[in-house]
Amino acid sequence: MLSHRRLCLLVALLAGCANNKTPSPVPEAPGPRVIVIRPGPNVQEEAQRALIEAQPGDVIEFAEGTHEFTQGLSLAVEGVTVRGRGMDKTTLSFKNQAVGSAGLLVTRGRFRLEDLSVDDAKGDAVKIQDAEGIALRRVRAQWAGEARETNGPYGLYPVQCQNVLIEGCQAFGASDAGIYVGQSRNVIVRSCRAERNVAGIEIENCTDADVYDNVATDNTGGLLVFDLPGLPAKNGRRIRVFENQVTENNHANFAPKGNLVASVAPGTGLMLMATDEVEIFRNTVRDNQTYNLAVISFLLTGRPIQDKDYDPYPEGISVHDNTFGGGGRNPGGQLAPLLVVMLGKPLPDIVYDGIVNPARLVDGKLLPEYGLSILRNGGATFANLHWDKLDVKKPFASLGRITRDLAPHAAPLEPLLPVRLAGVP
Amino acid sequence: MGRTVVCCLVLLPAAAGCARPPAPPGPADAGWQPPARLSAYGLFRGALAAQEPAAGVLPYDLNTPLFSDYAAKYRFVALPPGATAAYHDTEVLAFPVGTILVKTFAYPHDRGDPTRGRRLIETRLLIHRPDSWVGLPYVWNAEQTDATLAVTGGTREVHWRHEDGRERSLQYLIPNVNQCKACHENRRVLRPLGPTARNLNRSYVYADDADNQLHRWTMSGLLAGAPPQEQAPRLPVWNDPATGSLDQRARAWLEVNCAHCHNPDGPARQSGLDLRPAQADSAKWGVWKTPVAAGRGSGGRSYAIVPGQPDASILLYRLQATEPGVLMPDLGRRLVDDEGVALIRAWIAGLPATP
Repeated sequence: MLSHRRLCLLVALLAGCANNKTPSPVPEAPGPRVIVIRPGPNVQEEAQRALIEAQPGDVIEFAEGTHEFTQGLSLAVEGVTVRGRGMDKTTLSFKNQAVGSAGLLVTRGRFRLEDLSVDDAKGDAVKIQDAEGIALRRVRAQWAGEARETNGPYGLYPVQCQNVLIEGCQAFGASDAGIYVGQSRNVIVRSCRAERNVAGIEIENCTDADVYDNVATDNTGGLLVFDLPGLPAKNGRRIRVFENQVTENNHANFAPKGNLVASVAPGTGLMLMATDEVEIFRNTVRDNQTYNLAVISFLLTGRPIQDKDYDPYPEGISVHDNTFGGGGRNPGGQLAPLLVVMLGKPLPDIVYDGIVNPARLVDGKLLPEYGLSILRNGGATFANLHWDKLDVKKPFASLGRITRDLAPHAAPLEPLLPVRLAGVP
Repeated sequence: MGRTVVCCLVLLPAAAGCARPPAPPGPADAGWQPPARLSAYGLFRGALAAQEPAAGVLPYDLNTPLFSDYAAKYRFVALPPGATAAYHDTEVLAFPVGTILVKTFAYPHDRGDPTRGRRLIETRLLIHRPDSWVGLPYVWNAEQTDATLAVTGGTREVHWRHEDGRERSLQYLIPNVNQCKACHENRRVLRPLGPTARNLNRSYVYADDADNQLHRWTMSGLLAGAPPQEQAPRLPVWNDPATGSLDQRARAWLEVNCAHCHNPDGPARQSGLDLRPAQADSAKWGVWKTPVAAGRGSGGRSYAIVPGQPDASILLYRLQATEPGVLMPDLGRRLVDDEGVALIRAWIAGLPATP
């Protein structure tokens, strides 16, 4: 059960890993058909017609300028490329959108979206659903002006997809998550930038994802790896988060109440909830004023779980070779007053709720492969709250239970293998 | 009413006559081009706007229809000669290749007084081609003499006097063919939604006499395998308490208005919300279910359904909303279905706190 990718590493040394399929080349027709859409009063009809009548292999190119739409656009043809002339040159504006819950909705794969900006969508900016082989390159999703609750929830939003690449993209102002990959398998998010979103980058209920070389700053929470109950795809695992800059994520939380991210504390850098087998390494995580890194169980949210197949505990978590600093000085969120009482200021860089699955205990201890491994993170400070033993009514009485010692977390875990994408155009 | 040969009327453009055989199945269908005008199908006799079905075209109605911004809807079915639809207990009837399902959307000038006439807006066809079903919107011209294929849909300003005497108007949305798919596609397969045996099991006043639709379809040779109508399942009429309990009618309303997306295979399955009446697990149909990707669609509320508290339930909030990105269903509706909302409100208010 433990780590297919980890076991695979051993096999790979001998015989090559089953995950390491070389991407099958996508045959490019000689000279794909390029349909150019220019800004103008008929752009809604022209663009939607092009998207409906597209054939696999076609390129739909939005010319330089601002294209103003009154309805969401949708694509339901395999193998189409939609591109602009650069994210500073081509804008698809949904400021006047009156119909549809996404700016661009895509329901077929081998899809490529490149070099444009999607602005002010009434719902999600770009939603891609139930598709295989997705590449978003140099795409920006943004909501202009102040961060507002009325901004759309997600910027770049592939959900229930396989083989997803999001590269060199930007997301600004989403009221939930700027770059959000949900319930998907085989995902790479790299070299992206997320600012002024509630969650900068969020990987939720995914299996096999690499998130690296991204910048997340000035969000409420910089980079989140979550697993939630009650969804068709759950118990996500094997997520690598590395070489990211996750700094100064101290933005006020402007998510509409009721959404899970509305409970993310301002000042959250990295947050890992309930996902198993996550490797967090070589990141720079600084100046996030609640915690630089939180590792928690879904149980800490206090939300009901009505899903007997759901695993709420983060297990097999490895945190190594990161640079932490400058965080925890001005804790925010619901738990802040309690945390300050329990831990003092600044809060430690790494805060772990310590809620573990009792069924996993052997002689009262968690086997290392189900635990939290913390190694070589400079002078990073740490606290295990042992929340499952906490009496919230008597926090002072519980202070003695908090441990700051890293020794119980010194056993290394095997590194995860890189994600290999297949069939991404 | 007996079966009449409909091939030249229905399957081919009228001008082409009977000479051309039906399109062969398989890849050849890729070249098929739908007629540009509704009149070419020969679905109606006399003036097209009168919506008098041609011989072999049968009108039908549903127990609980989808709310479509108070549009009146006229439904017809045409099967190729000799072909029958196979009965199914729960799913949409298995219609043969060549079937055309017709739905015309119209606004009566006065909902309280049908004699004041109506304006036809669009006629949607679902055609069962050899490869798949195809959804095509035809938009009526101002003269009301014909309708033209509009793959990109459109909008029309419509006006009417409501039952309560208010003058109302709306920028009515004619869906484009992708928007057709948004509701009708399940796991990439386009399929009809309305004509399940349960929803068809009701009386219809035909030109000759009133009859149960399943009975009439069977007698006309359109339907095979249906049990006697008393034994066939029947969906309650959402607004007729004589046809079912509040719970049954509310679940029927949710099935028709929501469950085409909110089912385990549907386009909204990522939400984890399953609004089919067959779903027995209350957590899956929304009780104390937290939102996943609702954004401001949550309306600041924490659960899809809070038993006994409609005004704390996200589900009701989204039915009462008209703003894109918040309202549900997110296509095909711009107005609030006041009567539907009242039904769901009463239902949530009456749900027991502990299921």
